[in-house]
Amino acid sequence: MSLIIGHARTAAARLLRRSPASILLRRDSPEAPALGRRPVRRMGTARVGESVSTAYEECSDQVLDFPGGKVSFIPEMRFLSESLGERIGCYRVLDDNGQTVSGSTFHEVSKEVAMKMYRHMVTLQVMDTILYEAQRQGRISFYVTSTGEEAINIASAAALSNEDLVFPQYREPGVLLWRGFTLQEIANQCFGNKEDYGKGRQMPIHYGSKKLNYFTVSSPIGTQLPQAVGAAYSLKMDGKNACAVTYFGDGGTSQGDFHAALNFAAVMEAPVIFFCRNNGWAISTPTTEQFRSDGVVIRGQAYGIRSIRVDGNDALAVYSAIHAAREMAVGETRPILVEALTYRVGHHSTSDDSTKYRPIDEIEHWKSARDPISRYRKWIQRNGWWCDAAESELRNSVRKELLQAIQVAERVQKPPLEELFKDVYDVVPSNLKEQEKLLLQSVKKHPGDYPADVPV
Amino acid sequence: MGCGASRLEPGEDIPPGLLPFRRRLQELKRSRTEESRRRRRERKDSIVSTTELLRPEERDADDFETTEEEISRAVAEKMTVRDALNSAIDEEMAADPKVFLMGEEVGEYQGAYKVSRGLLDKYGPERVRDTPITEAGFTGIGVGAAYYGLKPVVEFMTFNFSMQAIDQIINSAAKSNYMSGGQISVPIVFRGPNGAAAGVAAQHSHCYAAWYASCPGLKVLSPYSSEDARGMLKAAIRDPDPVIFLENEILYGESFPVSADVLDSNFCLPIGKAMIEREGKHVTITAFSKMVGYALKAAEILSKDGISAEIINLRSIRPLDRDTINASVRKTNRLVTVEEGFPQHGVGAEICAVVVEESFEYLDAPVERIAGADVPMPYAPNLERLAVPQVEDIVRAAKRACYRSVPMAAAA
Ligand SMILES: Cc1ncc(C[n+]2csc(CCOP(=O)(O)OP(=O)(O)O)c2C)c(N)n1
Ligand SMILES: [Mg+2]
Repeated sequence: MSLIIGHARTAAARLLRRSPASILLRRDSPEAPALGRRPVRRMGTARVGESVSTAYEECSDQVLDFPGGKVSFIPEMRFLSESLGERIGCYRVLDDNGQTVSGSTFHEVSKEVAMKMYRHMVTLQVMDTILYEAQRQGRISFYVTSTGEEAINIASAAALSNEDLVFPQYREPGVLLWRGFTLQEIANQCFGNKEDYGKGRQMPIHYGSKKLNYFTVSSPIGTQLPQAVGAAYSLKMDGKNACAVTYFGDGGTSQGDFHAALNFAAVMEAPVIFFCRNNGWAISTPTTEQFRSDGVVIRGQAYGIRSIRVDGNDALAVYSAIHAAREMAVGETRPILVEALTYRVGHHSTSDDSTKYRPIDEIEHWKSARDPISRYRKWIQRNGWWCDAAESELRNSVRKELLQAIQVAERVQKPPLEELFKDVYDVVPSNLKEQEKLLLQSVKKHPGDYPADVPV
Repeated sequence: MGCGASRLEPGEDIPPGLLPFRRRLQELKRSRTEESRRRRRERKDSIVSTTELLRPEERDADDFETTEEEISRAVAEKMTVRDALNSAIDEEMAADPKVFLMGEEVGEYQGAYKVSRGLLDKYGPERVRDTPITEAGFTGIGVGAAYYGLKPVVEFMTFNFSMQAIDQIINSAAKSNYMSGGQISVPIVFRGPNGAAAGVAAQHSHCYAAWYASCPGLKVLSPYSSEDARGMLKAAIRDPDPVIFLENEILYGESFPVSADVLDSNFCLPIGKAMIEREGKHVTITAFSKMVGYALKAAEILSKDGISAEIINLRSIRPLDRDTINASVRKTNRLVTVEEGFPQHGVGAEICAVVVEESFEYLDAPVERIAGADVPMPYAPNLERLAVPQVEDIVRAAKRACYRSVPMAAAA
């Protein structure tokens, strides 16, 4: 199928060079489009064709007909400014008191969805507190919290379809929770036991679930972005009614992969949502040392991508923005860039102490005055959907469930010896079989030299 | 190898890690000079030593003996590998304004593993540059800076992330001098932790020694002790060619005894020379980085069974010190290679070839190759332990090598 597309495209390009009119004809001709369900539009080129044809006719001194459209000539030597002067506005629905901002447009959420969102935000918060503590007690080697970014996690997940493919960075486990990943599954991964879907091969917090369309977290920053574009392209080829969604931090936007991904997504008209969590920090690097543009949202335009900036601590704004972004991405097969402004309230990870490089007041301010969960809670409480008793019951039950899950995860056997050699390839090759055999023999012969917790 | 004199004089700009050592040394020097003055007076020798530092070659033989002894007493002091690296960068930055440090978190944060502690304060943000998260970008910037006269020291948070920048390292840094007919040298150092730490799985545990060592144009060093770290990093920074400097996270906090010579700002180790950490007669064990420590432990255990192992700390993976390896094998007739990386096309494979090529007829047993399992690093601690070499593996391999042909216990 991809071959045919390639062919159609070069043929179209050739036609364009010869006669702009013929390509318009060709676009409408029956044999041209129809890839999967939706006809795939190759308009980038065709539109150019149209504009070129009129430009040729006018053939004026004031206008240059150039690929991409008409460019007018101007007498002044004018450099584009490095900034717009005013920063791009940030879409918000709920104010700090959890009241909807008058005049705000947003996508209605049913009580049921709204409550599910709240429960999941709280679950994520409680989970972070407990697992962070578990790392501190030396029960797991590493952990990363999403504290302060609960609305981003949950509200974006709620606005997506479970068919949408998620390519996470690492601070988005809430998306998985939303899709039904259980606390037991979370604990199994963090403890690397034999129930972990990754068979104890990845570091804690590198969750993944094929069933839930959540690609396994990968450590190197930024690599998930072009991968999401590739996956989106595949969805488009298959005519699926879904998009790819990739999450990344402000730091991630410095990688070449970010730029390649945005550019390719635009050119390939891939149905992908780029979700940047601009939380102000990349470990100890503040965004002022990461980039000098007006954040991330502004860059979408340069690549020809529709973009929005949203208050990341406002669950309703995130929900609405992602809802709309998804409609456009899937309905019009195009990429969308979303920049959510937020703050990394926790330390970067359990290997970090962020009070060494940022003021405690700043952390406290975002933790209390700007907490996304309490803001959203005010809103649901104002709607009469929630009360204090329900709150403490929810927190207690999540706590209990997770502590129980941790106990179970700790007791489950570690992966057996044979798992060391499986899955390096689809089929275990002979050299690895040999290594496994030798290792087994050696463990049996010298049991004292090996750990006791290796089921053989 | 460029090992020019550093301009750092004793007493000025001493890196924080070195202060206690320096103080001890100065005290020692004072008493030493008094002592030698007294003896010279007795000998009616009018020459008063002007040696500023305790450099053996500049002392007369009489002084040498006593001070050597005193020094070894004084330097029952220890230094961590972290401080050794820190002081090496510090001294080279102080000595040469062209040297600068660049990488993620090297400045404000003092380095992801605190190797650059104190350097931002001392040299300012122009010479200790925090970068955005763009390995390909800052590696390219480093290479360009090196083309035009600067001497960048580029830190990767881990060498795993150097993979993002591999094209700049291989196709530009390693080849430019050759391609330009020797007109464009690339005096750059890429450094950071390499290989397995603990509990950080596949994407943070890969050993890249064999990868980089297979590329002409690069020099590849991998220190074990604090002495290695100081001497080799200083050599790397002074070297006119691109050097890959592979550290190990676990070793950063480990302390090693250091002598006065090692603490001298002129101290520098030659690139391409291995170090015999322990002499032995029955089996040669080669290792680098963390595995040297394991090999030394194994040698200790083997000695109880009457096997005397010679431990070679490779220090330099490229160039590889073929002479030292071959000389040792010709003496012991048995070889065990140890590395944490993967077996296929590994450092051990290369050493094996070197020995087969040059000392085949001296071998009394097949070469034993200890390497990491041929799988990406798992996270689960039990599997992780099985995936990397352990001291016991080395002990058993050495015994296999020794008992295989002429059984030594019987022969002895
Ligand atoms: C290629 C690569 N370089 C460096 C790192 C080390 N690292 C891990 S997280 C991180 C900061 C990422 O910041 P950001 O993208 O803003 O995400 P946040 O942690 O703020 O959510 C860095 C530098 C890495 N994982 N991968
Ligand atoms: Mg960030």
